[in-house]
Amino acid sequence: MNAATETAVAAEATGEPEVMLKVENVSLSFGGVRAITNISFDIRKGEIRAIIGPNGAGKTSMLNVINGFYHPQEGVITFKGAARSKMRPYEAASQGIARTFQNVALFKGMSTLDNIMSGRTLLMKKHFFWHLFHYGPARTEEIEHRRKVEEIIDFLEIQHIRRAPVGRLPYGLQKRVELGRALAMEPELLLLDEPMAGMNLEEKEDMSRFILDVNSQFGTTIALIEHDMGVVMDLSDRVVVLDYGKKIADGTPEEVQANQDVIDAYLGVSH
Amino acid sequence: MADAAAIAGGRLDTFPKLLVRNAIVRGGKPAMREKDLGIWQTWTWSEVLDEVKTFALGLQDLGFERGDTCAVIGANRPRLYWTIAAVQALGGTPVPVYADAIAEELAYVLEHADVAFAVAEDQEQVDKVLSVGDRLKSLRHMVYDEPRGLEKYDHTRLHSFEAIQTKGRESLRTDQTAEVRFFDEIEQGKGSDISIILYTSGTTGRSKGVMLSAERCIAAATDTAVFDHLSDADEVLAYLPLAWVGDHYLNYAQGMVAGFCMACPESGETAQHDLREIGPTFYFAPPRVFEGLLTRVMIRMEDASAIKRKMFHYFIDVAKRYGEDILDKRPVPLVGRLLYGLGNALVYGPLKNVLGFSRIRTAYTAGEAIGPDLFSFYRSLGLNLKQLYGQTEAFLYVTAQEDGHVRSDTVGPAAPNVEIRISETGEVLFKSPGMFIGYFKNDEATKGTVDDEGWVHTGDAGFFDHDGQLKIIDRAKDVGKLVDGTLFAPKYIENKLKFFPNVKEAVAFGDGRDFSTVFLNIDLNAVGNWAERNNISYASYQELAGHPQVYEMLQSNVDKVNRDLAHESAMAGAQIHRFLILHKELDADDGELTRTQKVRRSFIAERYGPLIEALYDGSSEKFIETEVTFEDGRKGRIAATVQIRDMTVYPAVEEVKEAAE
Repeated sequence: MNAATETAVAAEATGEPEVMLKVENVSLSFGGVRAITNISFDIRKGEIRAIIGPNGAGKTSMLNVINGFYHPQEGVITFKGAARSKMRPYEAASQGIARTFQNVALFKGMSTLDNIMSGRTLLMKKHFFWHLFHYGPARTEEIEHRRKVEEIIDFLEIQHIRRAPVGRLPYGLQKRVELGRALAMEPELLLLDEPMAGMNLEEKEDMSRFILDVNSQFGTTIALIEHDMGVVMDLSDRVVVLDYGKKIADGTPEEVQANQDVIDAYLGVSH
Repeated sequence: MADAAAIAGGRLDTFPKLLVRNAIVRGGKPAMREKDLGIWQTWTWSEVLDEVKTFALGLQDLGFERGDTCAVIGANRPRLYWTIAAVQALGGTPVPVYADAIAEELAYVLEHADVAFAVAEDQEQVDKVLSVGDRLKSLRHMVYDEPRGLEKYDHTRLHSFEAIQTKGRESLRTDQTAEVRFFDEIEQGKGSDISIILYTSGTTGRSKGVMLSAERCIAAATDTAVFDHLSDADEVLAYLPLAWVGDHYLNYAQGMVAGFCMACPESGETAQHDLREIGPTFYFAPPRVFEGLLTRVMIRMEDASAIKRKMFHYFIDVAKRYGEDILDKRPVPLVGRLLYGLGNALVYGPLKNVLGFSRIRTAYTAGEAIGPDLFSFYRSLGLNLKQLYGQTEAFLYVTAQEDGHVRSDTVGPAAPNVEIRISETGEVLFKSPGMFIGYFKNDEATKGTVDDEGWVHTGDAGFFDHDGQLKIIDRAKDVGKLVDGTLFAPKYIENKLKFFPNVKEAVAFGDGRDFSTVFLNIDLNAVGNWAERNNISYASYQELAGHPQVYEMLQSNVDKVNRDLAHESAMAGAQIHRFLILHKELDADDGELTRTQKVRRSFIAERYGPLIEALYDGSSEKFIETEVTFEDGRKGRIAATVQIRDMTVYPAVEEVKEAAE
């Protein structure tokens, strides 16, 4: 068991789980459209937290708020104890938040290796001038980063496509490469936007296994949006349910499944 | 008191003794390689002995006893090979299991073999064993190689490979007798001990455990290592299933005997790439691998520039004319030699390099018939490709072709020290140095296979050709007769069909019927590529298989086979009258193929009964619904309406010629 999960377990034992990210009374609107209305929830260190809801419920907007892509008009977000209202994606990334996208956003012409390597950019410390000549300390640094990237390739079992341009890969593998790139940042909080969309059963099973392994082996906290309810209920520790930009339920998978509002939202009851 | 030198100087009748010999004689030479994190790691023979020693001592700590069986489940990983050696060193019997076996198959083998220990590659395999754990009464401990995902499992009876080795190292450090104990265990091993139990893939019914003794394994491997001049300068890539006799023989047994280096691929999917990096000198692949490679080369050549394409086709023609003669050292005109030399520099050399064939001295293929064109293609490039015929019960070799005496339609004369006899019914019988002791816990089956005089019945029908090479036509029990008495050898017909790149699988029917019919499976690679080039859109395998143009194309293939058969007096009556293309790929998970991808004909006949009836009742299409099994063991249903086509049948052409293919 690694350090992160140990602290999480220790925290749970004392009854005060350590909170990694806290969202308080956040509202976001685009012009007259309210995407998110007064939402509060938290993500505990070391857990897998699912955000679910019907189409247009504001799930992706919520992720975009967390990683600083959208700036909410109201509310406070506290990450690792520091409150902030505005933050740029670059800063979020530097502080340890990584994400994948609903529609794969990779460099299509680059190889798997290079794509994942690009996830290490923020961690490279040597001046780009040295990297330009691939010489001296820059070289040592690159070898170190390459080792990390190879570990990720091994972890995700994508050795066979190491040199393949990602544009040519099937969708399921592209998703895996994207996860690899996010992992390359060694994030503390990993945001996954529909990691299993468009996958067949076998690919979903593989991806689920990888997500659980990331969580247990690296101790990474994970927030994920997913439509496959079976997957959500199996993977996550706690689930927050959004509908029309509002939070309608929050709790363990069992609690959420039994919640009447949630059933209504999914089965469709007139509002 | 035993020590390494005493063992190496004594009778080398078990694999652990050979390992000790290798560690002394060539301790510094590479014995194994594996690619880890993108970099090839190498273990020398003395390092391998150390790894085996620490693991064996650790196992002993856990209570492993002489006579225990140990399942080995996974892909080709060095640690799994070390497990085999360690178990043999302790006087136990390793039982390798196919990594892609579903839980039910795995449970059967583990239960039947009474395994006391199981060494598995990773979480996937551990989960499989745990899922059937309540049936495995004799299983005491489980060990895994790859720790990922397993941290939170209950570790009372589950151990990591590393933990076991740490225990072994601890014993070596604290207990001075440990080392001697290890060598004592090896010395106690006898040639007559069961070295390994290999479960046959089970073309018919439940698989059987083939018991092979150490001295016979070594005798057979020694013969063939001499036959093919193998030495410790050779190198192989172990990419075939660990539980298959071919891998155990060609890589493990011959490697121990000849002392050559075995490389393990990074993962199953990278084998082709690793082949190129390792550049093996001895190579085995079933015909379908060679076929797949050729298809890929041809597809890529079609995408190449016009000049390259012209050059490629020109020199492939040159190779076709002179290549095999040059390989077999027959006289070739000077012009031919020069052109071939140029072709070698421009095309054959680079092509072999891309395929990883540059350093191969000897390559074998077996398991299925290989198409004559396919076979010649590789040989004409200068690849010394030969055929062998073998069985698990023989510990592989029954026949093997000698360098320079190679044909595509035969499998060669008897291998060294092997005796072959053809029974009155046409079945091939043999006695060989490596022949098995019997089936594990199945004397009845053993008696059914080995007769009173000690001949092993192969179950294959065959005959010796004029030059003394054996020709296999089919499984003896599958050879049947049409109503009019015409000989019906389904596999013979199926193989002819499978030589077409568009056809992946064929299943022929006709025994006891009026005429022959076939089921076809399209090859998704070849037909998919063809569809792409001809702007034919399709959404699924099923749709492509049922496409009218695909039907046209396969109909012309079947027609060619009929014309071919018309030329063979014995087979002319067995021409194909009707055929259909199956809506789903035949799959081992559904029980339609064996794990070694052989068609299970009777099972298919039962499953697709309505389709067979439709082939004979004259209807032009038929609706069918079948159950399919997903990789996780769940079931689903798939339905389709399959079309049936009628074929032209040709009058038999009488020829005073040998029945050549």
